[in-house]
Amino acid sequence: MNHHDIQLDKYGRLKHFLTIDGLDRSLLLDILNHAESFAGVGERAVKKVPLLRGKTIANLFFEPSTRTRTTFELAAKRLSADIINLNIASSATRKGESLLDTLRTLEAMHCDMFVVRHANSGAAHFIASQVAPHVSVINAGDGSHSHPTQAMLDMFTIRMHKKDFSSLRVAIVGDILHSRVARSEIHALSTLGVSEVRVIGPRTLIPKDIHTLGVHVFYDLIAGLEDVDVIVTLRLQRERMRSALLPSEQEYFNLYGLTETKLAAAKPDVIVMHPGPINRGVEIDSHVADGKRSVILQQVSHGIAVRMAIMAMTLGNLAESKPKESDAHSN
Amino acid sequence: MRIAIKHGRIVDPANNQDRVTDLYIEKGKIVAVGKTPAGFTPNRTIDAKGKIVCPGLVDLSVRLCEPGYEHKATIASETTAAASTGITSICCPPDTYPVIDTSAVVELIYQRALKTNMARVYPLGALTHGLKGETLAEMHALQGAGCIGVSNAYAPLDNSAVLRGALEYAATCGLTVHLFCEDSYLRDQGVVHEGIMSVRLGLPAIPETAETIAVSRALLLVEQSGARVHFCRISSARSIELIARAKKQGLPVTADVSITHLHLTEIDLGAFNSHCNLRPPLRSQYDKEGLRKGLADGTIDAICSDHQPHDDDAKSAPFSMTEPGASTLDVLLPLTLQLARDNTLTLSQAIAALTIKPAKIAGIQAGHLSAGAVADICIIDPEKSWTVIKNNLLSAGKNNPFMGWELTGKVTHTLLGGRIVYEYQD
Amino acid sequence: MTQEINQWLVNMAGDLQDMIRNDPLMIGIHTGGVWVAERLHKLMNLNSPLGQLNIAFYRDDFSRIGVHPRVQPSNLPFEVEDRHIILVDDVLHTGRTIRAALNEIFDYGRPATVTLAVLIERSGRELPIRADVVGKSMTLNANEHVKLSGPEPLALVIKAAE
Repeated sequence: MNHHDIQLDKYGRLKHFLTIDGLDRSLLLDILNHAESFAGVGERAVKKVPLLRGKTIANLFFEPSTRTRTTFELAAKRLSADIINLNIASSATRKGESLLDTLRTLEAMHCDMFVVRHANSGAAHFIASQVAPHVSVINAGDGSHSHPTQAMLDMFTIRMHKKDFSSLRVAIVGDILHSRVARSEIHALSTLGVSEVRVIGPRTLIPKDIHTLGVHVFYDLIAGLEDVDVIVTLRLQRERMRSALLPSEQEYFNLYGLTETKLAAAKPDVIVMHPGPINRGVEIDSHVADGKRSVILQQVSHGIAVRMAIMAMTLGNLAESKPKESDAHSN
Repeated sequence: MRIAIKHGRIVDPANNQDRVTDLYIEKGKIVAVGKTPAGFTPNRTIDAKGKIVCPGLVDLSVRLCEPGYEHKATIASETTAAASTGITSICCPPDTYPVIDTSAVVELIYQRALKTNMARVYPLGALTHGLKGETLAEMHALQGAGCIGVSNAYAPLDNSAVLRGALEYAATCGLTVHLFCEDSYLRDQGVVHEGIMSVRLGLPAIPETAETIAVSRALLLVEQSGARVHFCRISSARSIELIARAKKQGLPVTADVSITHLHLTEIDLGAFNSHCNLRPPLRSQYDKEGLRKGLADGTIDAICSDHQPHDDDAKSAPFSMTEPGASTLDVLLPLTLQLARDNTLTLSQAIAALTIKPAKIAGIQAGHLSAGAVADICIIDPEKSWTVIKNNLLSAGKNNPFMGWELTGKVTHTLLGGRIVYEYQD
Repeated sequence: MTQEINQWLVNMAGDLQDMIRNDPLMIGIHTGGVWVAERLHKLMNLNSPLGQLNIAFYRDDFSRIGVHPRVQPSNLPFEVEDRHIILVDDVLHTGRTIRAALNEIFDYGRPATVTLAVLIERSGRELPIRADVVGKSMTLNANEHVKLSGPEPLALVIKAAE
């Protein structure tokens, strides 16, 4: 694809963070390294650094999500930014004009960053294409397209447990078709050079061209879990049962629900992840979700450090300066 | 008014002509090709040396947006744009507001078109009342008012019994049914082709079967009803196979393709380029090759612009919320000539797909340069290059997916009934 | 040169020993300050572990130059509340680094006192900050730069900026 990547500035640094697709390995590692630096802030007496003091960040949630919104809010606050939350009810009839109007209004309030969650794929790209040059856009999930901060916090969690990406075999289980998390994870994992990415689920929930993203497809859970180091379980949306994709939650659990027994097919030191919120007894059994292989709660706390890193990087790069060559700082 | 067009390369596929000669016009008609008629003294002589002289183009699908969507475009704006690009006859689908399902709307369109008088406009009447897919429109009355065919445009025809009835009734009236084939359940909320880009962008997808199943159903009903059906905007290689088989079988079917689908694929969606939100969707490279082959072997008869001008707001939103359609009137001819230049088609085939073939499908007297024919003529400078930029587009819709392309071939003169309606000012 | 620097360090350790209050904590500022602090820590035979401070998140020039490429996180392996702190840096110039370091220390807790020790105190202060203990004072032109290289051996480079 030879379109200009709007998420990068002219020096190839992050200006917006919209998708993992197209970012290179060193940039992803930068994010992880920065996140490591920020991770300590949450453990201090004053859980705050003044890095983004005076910046205003708007959480623009066109689709409700308490969890993601809260971690972004916390990340912004730990960086000392001012944050405003806007929950904009998005109805199917909502037209583009009003979205543009919302943006113009917020811009007039001199926001420096929009964190955007929207039910339509491409919404964050659209908003990034419309904002003034001094504004950064972070994608907090757009339709079935991308959820890059979730993917990066999962990479952070994987790195913490597994150190080296290159030897890893990772399985993503569930509704791949509608999952923005799955798409972002696939791009992140392959960019970071894992040895194999597998997707596992019923044919109705795995797009037939998914192999073009470089993954191996399994329709059988046990076969797909064999020898894997990492399992990412996806949340199953209830509305899939209303369309002709799945018969029932019970049947899904029997076929694809992650249980202790099925987990035995994976490597003994496998870690189990889930982007949350969990449907216990649908995609994952409580014993597994709360068990010793589960790193689900760690994912949540890593989410804050990773989002701090991305916010600091994008807002820092807006400074009209060339990339630094040395560490020089006036003493 | 007597006009002589001298030394042009006359390309007239209907008469199997391709030679450098002169053409003479008097009282709005072509009076001779080749030899000067006795006593002919032209009021105006056009030097067409190095240029192509061909019949005025016939475009089977142009949305004029009037009545109902005048904020996007008007009959005046779009027929003026058509004239500048050599198009002299336009068919417009019935999905205006109100729908073309009464004589009054047909008359209104004719009147508006006549007022500007830059191109001939031929409305397609509604196939079902209000395009609702439930009851038949008054096709005979619409025919009487001047509709040259009937169509349900994009509106779904889920009920096969209704489609069967509509085809049989249209056949009774001797009307061609312009059928857009899409299974609305398989399309569902889809906005892009189900393929590598729908996977990448996570956009709701339209499988190829949404088209092929609808084409198959229609072909079986054509067989049963004997109706003349024209398949509009075929987008997949598999549909071409189905139509080719039907033609071989002798069914009275024809097909067209949009110029955009001959040049772009799903890859052009890039990062959610809303100008590539089209219906039917841009499909795979394989499909594009299939469409080009189908055109070359005659399975597809005509190329149309499938022109759909939009206002800026219609394309300024997250992808699924934007309106489908591209403004392509301005680029139909150069992009078709491009197919001849890259040897997909011969020049004669390319011109035929824009003139005599669509004229026959529409059932109108146009698309050829026989002596005695109405002088709808297009003169092209085949070497002139130009860039697709906003300022070069005459259509009110600037939603052109070819923005930035360098095209070769520019109309220098357009004659409508012997009257010069467009002349290029360098 | 190395010998000279070693002599300054010995003098500084002596001065600090004189000013010492009971059981101080030492914190070096990343990176040169940590090298200096490591040596002072050894010379003074301090028992408590050495703290490291990275003021990258507290700098006042973020909106001009953005986030640092890679930041070694601060590591203060002790409580600072009510303790006597010796803050160590390599060069005191504008005073902005010390301002940032003080802010960061206060985000960990409220120390009883903070004593500032720097290897080089040069001209060019922009804030009302002074060092309590100094290895060497220098008067340099505004366009001149002094930089400590290390960790082994410690050496000074003075050069004019282009």
